Amino acid sequence: MKITYPYVGNSHIVIKNLLERFGNEVVVPPKPSKRTLSYGTQFAPEFACVPFKILLGTYIEALEMGADTIVSTGGVGPCRAGLYTTLQEEILKDLGYDFQMITLEPPGHYLKDLIAQIKKLINRKMSIREFWSIIRFVWEQLKLFDETELMSFKIRPLEIKKGETTRVYREMVDLIASAQTVKELREIRHEVNKRFENIEIKENYDPIKVGIVGEVYVVLEPFANLEIEETLGELGVYVERSMFLTHYTINNAVTDLFHIKGEKNVKKAAVPYFNEMCGGHGRESVGHTILYAKKGFDGVIHLSPFTCIPEIVAKSILPAVSKDYNISVLSISLDEQTGKAGLRTRLEAFVDLLDKKRQKFKERMA
Amino acid sequence: MKGYLGIDVGSVSTNLVIIDDDGQLLSKVYLRTRGQPIKAVQDGMKQLVENTQGEIEIMGVGTTGSGRQLASVITGAGTVKNEITTHAVAALNLIPDVQTVLEIGGQDSKIIILRDGIVTDFAMNTVCAAGTGSFLDQQAARLNIPIEEFGSYALKSKTPVRIAGRCAVFAESDMIHKQQMGYNLEDIIRGLCQALVRNYLNNVGKGKDIQPKVVFQGGVAANIGMKAAFEEALGYEVIVPQHHDVMGAIGAALLAKDEVARKGFTAFKGFDVSNVKYRVSSFECKGCPNRCEVINIHMDEKVIARWGDRCNKWKNLDNNSSHQGYSC
Repeated sequence: MKITYPYVGNSHIVIKNLLERFGNEVVVPPKPSKRTLSYGTQFAPEFACVPFKILLGTYIEALEMGADTIVSTGGVGPCRAGLYTTLQEEILKDLGYDFQMITLEPPGHYLKDLIAQIKKLINRKMSIREFWSIIRFVWEQLKLFDETELMSFKIRPLEIKKGETTRVYREMVDLIASAQTVKELREIRHEVNKRFENIEIKENYDPIKVGIVGEVYVVLEPFANLEIEETLGELGVYVERSMFLTHYTINNAVTDLFHIKGEKNVKKAAVPYFNEMCGGHGRESVGHTILYAKKGFDGVIHLSPFTCIPEIVAKSILPAVSKDYNISVLSISLDEQTGKAGLRTRLEAFVDLLDKKRQKFKERMA
Repeated sequence: MKGYLGIDVGSVSTNLVIIDDDGQLLSKVYLRTRGQPIKAVQDGMKQLVENTQGEIEIMGVGTTGSGRQLASVITGAGTVKNEITTHAVAALNLIPDVQTVLEIGGQDSKIIILRDGIVTDFAMNTVCAAGTGSFLDQQAARLNIPIEEFGSYALKSKTPVRIAGRCAVFAESDMIHKQQMGYNLEDIIRGLCQALVRNYLNNVGKGKDIQPKVVFQGGVAANIGMKAAFEEALGYEVIVPQHHDVMGAIGAALLAKDEVARKGFTAFKGFDVSNVKYRVSSFECKGCPNRCEVINIHMDEKVIARWGDRCNKWKNLDNNSSHQGYSC
């Protein structure tokens, strides 16, 4: 059995460690590229969203590399993502690929099914203790990835030498990926802190603060959002993201198992505008926008895949939130286009807008 | 005499203006880009010299439009600004209490909402270019009417025909259908203007709080049929500035003026750049499966700028190592 899985942010490294330690042979999916997207658009339904297309393309690339098992997550809708694996399995089998699809459903809804599927992924004997030590290691690794990324968001707008943060960040990702034990991760954490501290930064500079909300895949995978965080950071903007891999895992696996509604405060914040759940992260997009406004952010960027229903719902609600909370919102719809120029123009204009707005506010206060 | 140069390199037209210290227009050139932005900028510079007989000393340069980066490399512009900001700056300079800017250019359209002299919201067309200048050009050509007269036909109509404006392709087939049925040309053209305005307001203008004063700029503002259709749909007077076609360039020049006032110098390379030989070459980077097409801009055989790479590794001009063996 050679397993592959979707590529999202840095999670491929963590998932590789997890699956390998569970006794599986792994085909690490390649980073999404134009090639991935052209496979995806060629074989996906025309109006499927860009995450669907990227995942489909990734699977084709991985199957070509010799994978014979795909593991991915399911869902309970109404967002189409819940049906991705089923549809993708059909498409890939029609293309003549021979493989097994393992779908991990949310534990709160299909716990028995989930356990059965997870059992398929554990292919060697291990003690409970060993099992938990594996879980602990990958969890620590995932956490360190998130921390490192967060640090890059803080430093990038302040850097004096453009591009230095991105370079250090990429080096640190490789370093974290090479870790084998929790102890090593601890040492690497020190190294990460040191390397980021050594980046020369501007003093007394208060960057524009922007929060990023939207559909999970396009928020988490830089290829899908045309490296929006990097672009904003280099425009001198501090970026915070509504979702991280660790949060996502907790909210969709752990809290679901105990039937706790994940991200309670986010959902609560959205209630006056959005009382019903519409699937995906539509309600979270509204909730996070309100929370960013309350935290004093200058603006919010809302990312949605073209044709994504939950985010279309959010998009039509956001102007009201923007008005009530006096926070500027820029909605960006992403599809298979690869032209970064149009996005850059909008981002530059948005940053200009936020900057002027802040100056005006200061003048009024003075 | 002192002046500031603004250059707007757009998809369809390239505009150059010189303004004076008070922001007044001294000279303007409007050219078709024709897919050759470098040549367009050089030709524009030549024409500016002819227009002004070289009597103006350029104190600062600003560029804007989709070719802003390219234009700044060629001319040494200190200010490189996106077209939303420059259009807003130019409109504000002319009408300080403007609250809405409608801009329709060759291939894009945008709306800018301003309050108390600052931009508070904006949008650009994303998935659809119906209703932009290129489409109107094409329809005018198909109907055999000079584009300059297109709008006046619309004003002659009393009973406009309903045309589908959601998509350029559907709009065209709808128009042909209405023509075949025997409707008046004037009524069809007015119907088209209304359809395009409807599409603009429902697409780019969706959810935007449009308040007067409303300024309409960009190449399409020359079309009086479109202006009338906007006034009809909005119920406000729509102001078309005298130099509506070069507002982006004016905004860039105004920003350059501010920047030079702050910085105190300009890196302008002079009007001689219209005689320098520029060449563009490209190669496909094989560092990763993205296979980016990287563009080199050569000035007299020296690479002066490079872009097109997704990971930025080629941006650094010192990186003249072999094109292979470099991974993202």
